[in-house]
Amino acid sequence: MNMTPEIHRDDLTSKTGMWFFLFTEMLLFGGLFIVYSIYRFRNPVAFHLAAHELSIPIGTINTIILLISSTTIAMSITAIQKKAKKLALLLIGITILLGLAFLVNKYFEWGKHLKENIYPGSPVLALRGQGDVLFYGLYFFMTGLHALHIIVGLIFICVITSMIYRDKINYDNFVLLENSGLYWHLVDLIWIFLFPLFYLIT
Amino acid sequence: MNTQPGIIEPSFLEHKGKYKGLFSWIFSTDHKRIALLYLFSILSFFAVGATLGLLMKFELIAPGRTIMSAQAYNAFFTLHGIVMIFAVVIPGLPAVFGNFLLPIMIGAKDVAFPRINLLSWYLYVTGVSLVLVSQFAGQGPPDTGWTFYAPYSFRTTGNMLPAVFGAFVLGFSSILTGLNFLVTMHRMRAPGMTWLKMPLFPWTLYATGWVQLLATPIIGITLLMIVAERTLHIGFFDPTLGGDPLLYQHLFWTYSHPAVYIMILPAMGAISEIITTFSHKTIFGYKFMVVSALAIAFVGYFVWGHHMFTSGMSGTALYTFSLLTFLVAIPSAVKVFNWISTMHEGSLDLQTPFYWAIAFIFVFMIGGFSGLILGSLAANVHLHNTHFVVAHFHFIVFGGTGFAFFGAMHYWYPKITGRMYDTRWANIGLILFFIGFITLYGPMFYLGFKGMPRRYYDYDEVFHAGNIISSMGSWVLYSGLAIIVINLFASLRNGLLAPADPWGGKTLEWTIPSPPPVENFDEIPVITKGPYDYK
Repeated sequence: MNMTPEIHRDDLTSKTGMWFFLFTEMLLFGGLFIVYSIYRFRNPVAFHLAAHELSIPIGTINTIILLISSTTIAMSITAIQKKAKKLALLLIGITILLGLAFLVNKYFEWGKHLKENIYPGSPVLALRGQGDVLFYGLYFFMTGLHALHIIVGLIFICVITSMIYRDKINYDNFVLLENSGLYWHLVDLIWIFLFPLFYLIT
Repeated sequence: MNTQPGIIEPSFLEHKGKYKGLFSWIFSTDHKRIALLYLFSILSFFAVGATLGLLMKFELIAPGRTIMSAQAYNAFFTLHGIVMIFAVVIPGLPAVFGNFLLPIMIGAKDVAFPRINLLSWYLYVTGVSLVLVSQFAGQGPPDTGWTFYAPYSFRTTGNMLPAVFGAFVLGFSSILTGLNFLVTMHRMRAPGMTWLKMPLFPWTLYATGWVQLLATPIIGITLLMIVAERTLHIGFFDPTLGGDPLLYQHLFWTYSHPAVYIMILPAMGAISEIITTFSHKTIFGYKFMVVSALAIAFVGYFVWGHHMFTSGMSGTALYTFSLLTFLVAIPSAVKVFNWISTMHEGSLDLQTPFYWAIAFIFVFMIGGFSGLILGSLAANVHLHNTHFVVAHFHFIVFGGTGFAFFGAMHYWYPKITGRMYDTRWANIGLILFFIGFITLYGPMFYLGFKGMPRRYYDYDEVFHAGNIISSMGSWVLYSGLAIIVINLFASLRNGLLAPADPWGGKTLEWTIPSPPPVENFDEIPVITKGPYDYK
C-alpha cells in the first residue's frame, strides 16, 4: 500500500517528522555542550590558553561559508517553488561546493594539529596537562561529530540534486528539499555554537 | 481500495502483497505486520533474558560456586540487563501493541511513516545482534552490567565496543518509533477525534514518544563518548586524564531514568484500557489520567540523581532529587486511585486480562512504595546496591511492564489473531506466574534489607534461606511463563474464532473485524463521542 506515495503524500506530516528529528539532534549535541561547560568551568585557564591556539581566521571563514550555504539552500527552495529549476540546481550546487570547502578547511585545520602531535591520546598532549587533554578531546570529538553531520548532509543534498535534475522534486513536490534544508540549517546552527565555544571565548 | 459491499476484505494476515512467505513479513510496511515482527523478536530475546535470569538464580541457590564462575556470573547479569532493558522492556509495549493498535485506535490506516517504521525494526534487530555478537567475538563477554559505568567500561578487557554500539543502535530504533508515533498522533487522528477524545493507550504512547525523542539522544551521545574513550583515549570520564567518572553517571541516568517511564507509561495505558473495558464503565477521571501521564513524563526528567545518592553529590542536590522523586510518585498514585475508582460500582467481568490488570496494580504498588523507601536519603544509604534495589526494579519493570505486557497480550490477542485462547490454561499460567513472581522477588527485599549486595555470585551463609526461596520462585515463574506462552501458541490453531468485540470494548479497534483488514477501516470513522462511552 506504500506503492502509491503520491496519493498519500502529506507534506506537513513529513515536515513535522523532520522537526521532531531535529529536536533529537539538538539533544544529541546538548549532551556534549553539558560536558563542555562542566570541563570549561573546572579548567578555565587551560581552556583559555588552548583556545588561543586555534586559528580564528579559518574558523571565521568556515562560519561564513556555512552561513552562505544555508542561504543558498534556502534560496533554492524558493527557486524551485517559482519553477526556476536551473537556478535551483545552481544554488544547490553552490551549497554542495561550500559544504566541501568547509570540509577542506577542516582538513587543513586538523592536519595542522596532527602535525604538532596534538590529537586525543598523544603523549605530547598528555604532557601539557589535563585541561589541554580535555579541551582538545572535546574539540576533536565535537567538531568531528559536526563534520560527520556535514558529510551526511552533503550526501542527502547530492541525492536531492539528482532528484531535482530528474524532476522528481519539482515546484509542486519539494518537501524533501525543504527537509534537507532544515537539516542543513541545523548543522549550521550547531556550528554557530561550536565556533564561539572553541575559538572565540578566551 | 474500497471494497464492493458484501465482499469481505482479507485480513492483514492473509493479505497477498508484492512478496511471498517470509518476505511478505520482513519487507512489509503494514504497521500490524511490523508489530508482529517485533512481537516475535521480543519474545525470543525475552526467552534468552529469562533463561539467563533462571541460571543466575540457580547459581545463587547456595553460597559459593554452584554452576558458574564469578566472571561468568558478571557476564550473565550484564547480558541479562542489556537484553531485558534495551531489547525487551523499552520496545515491549510501544513497538508491539503501540504499532498494532495506535493507528487503529485513533482511526488511521497506518502510522505516519510506514517505511521508517520498518527501518526501526531492522535497526532493532541489528542492535540486538551486535549485543549478542559481543558475547562470542573478541576477548570475552562484557562484564560491566547494563549501566556501562565509567571508568571500568573502558578499562575492562571484555568485548565492550559491540555491546555499547548495539545499545546505541537500539536507542536510534527507539527514537524512530517514538518520532513516528508522535507525528501519527499529531497529524492522523480521525476527523472529530480531538486530543481529549483520544483513548488513554495512545495518550500514554504520546507521553512516551516525547521521552523517547528527547531523552534517548543523551544516552546515544554518552555511549558514543564511551566508544571514543575506548578507541581514542579522549579522557571524558577518565580521572587519570582529568575526566570525571561521576559525569558519566549523570549523563547515563539523565536518559536511563526517563527510560523507566518509557517502560511504564504504555503499560499504564494498556492497564487503563483493560480496566475500563472489563468494568464496563467510563474511566474515572479521564483528564487526570491524561495529565498524570504527561506529568510523569515531564517530572521523570528531573529525578535521575536518585540513582546516585551515594556517588557523591552536594547536599542541595541530594535534597532536591529526593524531593522530586517523591513528587513523581503523585501522578502514579493518581493513576492507581483512578483505576480503583473505575472498578467501583462498575459491572466487573472477571476475565483473564482483568486478572492481569489487578495483579499489575498489586505488584506495581509494592514496587512503587519500595521506590519511595529508596527515594528517601537516609534509607538509601543503607539500601543502595543491595538486593532491595534489585527487588524494587523487578517489581516495577518486570511486575509493572511485564504484567501489563501479558495483560495486553491476553486483552488484544483475539483482535490480533482472530482467535480466542483457552481461558482455563491462561488463568493457571497467570496464577503460577504471580506466585512465582512474588516468591522470586519478595525475599530479595528482606535479603537486601539485611545487607546482601547485588551483582555477586557468592554470599554469606546467613542469606541462604532467602536465596533458596527466591531460586525456587524462579522455577515456578518460569513454568507459569511456559504455560502462558504455550497456551497462546496452541490457541492460534485450536482457539475459537473471535468476534469483532469479544469483551465489550468501546475503543475503535473493537469496531473492526478480528483480525483487522489490511487497511484497518473501509471508511475512516468520524468521531463524535468520547473514547469510553458506556451508558
